[in-house]
Amino acid sequence: MSNLNTGMVEKYRNNFLNEVEANVEEGEWVKMCMQCGVCSGSCPLGPYWDHPPQELFMMIRAGKREEVLESTSMWMCTSCYNCLVRCPRELPITHIMHGLAHYATRLGIEPKGQPTRQFAQLFWDNLAKNGRVNELWLGVNLYFMNGFVNGIKVAMGMAGIGLGMYKSGRLSIKELIGGHTVKDKSGFKAMIKKAQELESARVDK
Amino acid sequence: MADEKKIAVEKKIGAYICNGCGIGERLDSSQLETTAKRDGKAAICQQHDFLCSEAGVKMIQDDIDNEGVNRVVIAACSRRAKTEAFAFKDVVVIRSNLREGVIWVRPDEDDQRETTQEMADDYIRMGCAEAKYANIPSASGQQSVNKNILIAGGGISGMTAALEASKAGYPCTIVEKSSALGGATAQLYKKIPTRAPYADPEDTGVDAMIAAVEADSNITVFLNSTLTNTAGAPGRFTADISTESGSTETKEFGAIVQASGFTPYDANNLPEFAYGKNKDVVTQMELEALAKTANGGAIKRPSDGKEVSSVLFIQCAGQRSTKAGHLEHCSGYCCSASIKEAMYFKDQNTAIDTTVLYTDLRTPGAGGENFYRSGQNKGVIFTKGIASEVVDGANPTVKFKDLILDEDVSMEVDLVVLATGMVANAGQPTRAEITLSENEAKEAGTEYKVSVESILNLDYRQGKDVPHMTNGFADSHFICFPYETQRTGIYTAGPTRRPMDTRQAMDDATGAAMKAISEAENAGLGKAAHPRVADLSFPSFRQEGCTQCKRCTVECPFGAINETEDGYPEFNESRCRRCGTCMGACPVRVISFENYSIDTVGQQLKAVDIPDEFDEKPRILVLACENDAYPALDMAAQNRLEYSAFTRIIPVRCLGSVSLSWITDSMNSGYDGVILMGCPSGDDYQCHFVKGSAMAQERMSKVGDTLETLSLEKERVQTYEISITDIQKVPQLINEMAETIEKIGMSPFKF
Repeated sequence: MSNLNTGMVEKYRNNFLNEVEANVEEGEWVKMCMQCGVCSGSCPLGPYWDHPPQELFMMIRAGKREEVLESTSMWMCTSCYNCLVRCPRELPITHIMHGLAHYATRLGIEPKGQPTRQFAQLFWDNLAKNGRVNELWLGVNLYFMNGFVNGIKVAMGMAGIGLGMYKSGRLSIKELIGGHTVKDKSGFKAMIKKAQELESARVDK
Repeated sequence: MADEKKIAVEKKIGAYICNGCGIGERLDSSQLETTAKRDGKAAICQQHDFLCSEAGVKMIQDDIDNEGVNRVVIAACSRRAKTEAFAFKDVVVIRSNLREGVIWVRPDEDDQRETTQEMADDYIRMGCAEAKYANIPSASGQQSVNKNILIAGGGISGMTAALEASKAGYPCTIVEKSSALGGATAQLYKKIPTRAPYADPEDTGVDAMIAAVEADSNITVFLNSTLTNTAGAPGRFTADISTESGSTETKEFGAIVQASGFTPYDANNLPEFAYGKNKDVVTQMELEALAKTANGGAIKRPSDGKEVSSVLFIQCAGQRSTKAGHLEHCSGYCCSASIKEAMYFKDQNTAIDTTVLYTDLRTPGAGGENFYRSGQNKGVIFTKGIASEVVDGANPTVKFKDLILDEDVSMEVDLVVLATGMVANAGQPTRAEITLSENEAKEAGTEYKVSVESILNLDYRQGKDVPHMTNGFADSHFICFPYETQRTGIYTAGPTRRPMDTRQAMDDATGAAMKAISEAENAGLGKAAHPRVADLSFPSFRQEGCTQCKRCTVECPFGAINETEDGYPEFNESRCRRCGTCMGACPVRVISFENYSIDTVGQQLKAVDIPDEFDEKPRILVLACENDAYPALDMAAQNRLEYSAFTRIIPVRCLGSVSLSWITDSMNSGYDGVILMGCPSGDDYQCHFVKGSAMAQERMSKVGDTLETLSLEKERVQTYEISITDIQKVPQLINEMAETIEKIGMSPFKF
């Protein structure tokens, strides 16, 4: 258990709802769910979630901390916003899902092998490096996410498309070395650093 | 006196045929005129191209004024159309329905002309026959206006009714059983909010209301008092008001509002929730008392006086359940009440854990959803689940199944609150129901005793209180006829009528007060109450013919008929709703109304021309309830839905008023089929007179044997339940009967 996680457990004792309200983006909305289930019914990936949003909200109120934060459920959200526009109580469900995922990550208890989580991490690492997404590296990293042999296989399968994109100027081989960046890279890095500082300050409070 | 005068005046029929709305093009008007004069014995018959116009109406009025016409037969549109144009005073107005009844339901084709004309001719004959036997109703003259309103119950509903009626200028008398006004509301700490933003509990305002009642010189209050006898009828009720100390005062009233409230369901019936065993399991009302004691401070639990830090509300405790001893209904107010009570804790200290355990959260009323949202916002946790048990202990432990997470949970809390619901204070069952229970008990070898005290102690043959509907509430039909009971002039308001909160009870009481006022006035004029509003006719009977079978006194849906000492029926006309159920019940046909009798219908059906058996022109008689079936038939006509040209329709006040003699007469006169159309009966009945349709079904079930003795097929008489919306269905039913007749053949009784 990470230090942060232990700290949080200590701070809120049994009251997971309060913890969520204080630490999760839009978490103060969780108590407003009236359990109608429209979100769960609206989710295009609904059948693949362990716990649909409505159930997650109930679990939070029931104090099921580990089950919620270690769950893969909120990672299944594709941000289609169907639930958000349909919720009769106007809960920002999509945001809460990402908020929960983010909070679990910060505590270090997120489900490690979950593919969308992995992809999100790759995307962030890629973006944070130069302030711009390096599509070539993102693709390569994604192919090799599940091991070297598998990566080769996927890469071979995608070779035709890659070649086509290269020929039409959609993909530059130069991206492999360095790649393009934002104009003020150091400024960008400073901005991210400041944001992280602010975030930590809020968490520590 | 009035009767003698009527007999003395000769009946003079004037028939007026309208040629407008296409009637003139489709029908041979001169032929209709001949029919009216020759068969209908109309003294005067005139045609007009636009009868409901000013000129047309004037033509009729001139004949009434100058020619002495006192029976006006208007052969034009349905009796439901143009009622204002044809509202002639001091004469009988009969409507022959040539538009909706004939031309709109028949195709405009040459080969149909003959049968369509026959239809119209028959309606003219029927109209004239009815005119011949109908009289002008007038009030009996016994009435006088009594503006005093009696209000049984001094709770929030009773006080509201009194204040509202008093404001309208009607003196009120409140009879309250307990020693103080205020009822259940006075026991509350705060009430469910009644104003936007519906976010916080509100002061009950009951003290201000009591002060207003006490300051009102128009309102008399009897505390510690009950009604020991209530006799009479609207406009002339006499009530014995007896105080606890033994003195009795008799007062007269025009109408009564019964606002006797509710009794909280007895939680001792819920041993599974450790009620009575664990002091920290309380009902909502008991929590109100705790909150009142705390008065904004920390609420302390009963067992050891510890400040409550966690509380769980069990919704639907002993309610919405079919288990023996439980209430079947939803009391409608307890969800909002639990939200309100959870706020007592949250508003005092947000750290207190408040959980509401519900299966379906229902917060009726305009602000209900906002109040629920406000509860969530304040941090009340709503858990969907069913409690199975409360385990007794230093702290009670609630065991429940979480229905969202599908798991069994047990939760230890400081205090458990049971939302137990309302039992109506509706008084005793009817005499018939009591007799039934007594008979059942006798068979089982036990003794049955009515355990409930009567509220009104009515001196009515059918029982001491207003009849109960679903789940013991004193209602009539809460959607169609709110506040009405099955006793004319007695209106129920508040939780005795259906479960409700204070806000709804106040609205309810206002409505009931309005009803009581209008009935006090109507009774003074001898006019009927809902639904035959302002009808002046009332049942009269020939005592010589009466066999004292008492069927009318038992079957009257409104308990209007008492029994005299020598065993004859005593019609209290201002209790009467003019449905004619007594007329339909009477086996010797001695009961009639001036404008509605065995003859007004019987002579109509006899006036129809019955063609020879070999003409292949059957006749189908339809007796249609004027409240639902007849409008449905009119609307079918407006939609140009066709039905058999052999149909002759007679509107009746209620299927309950249908006399079996009409059925036998029609069979004897050679009708090939008879259809009775009434309203849906049963639990979701729509009969305006409560049980007319059900009674007709019962009576008609015996017709089959009679038909068989005449060697007629049973299929010739059919009874149907029709809603006003069954517009497509009514023509179908008629056409099905026509097909049936084609199959089984013509009636052999044609002469």
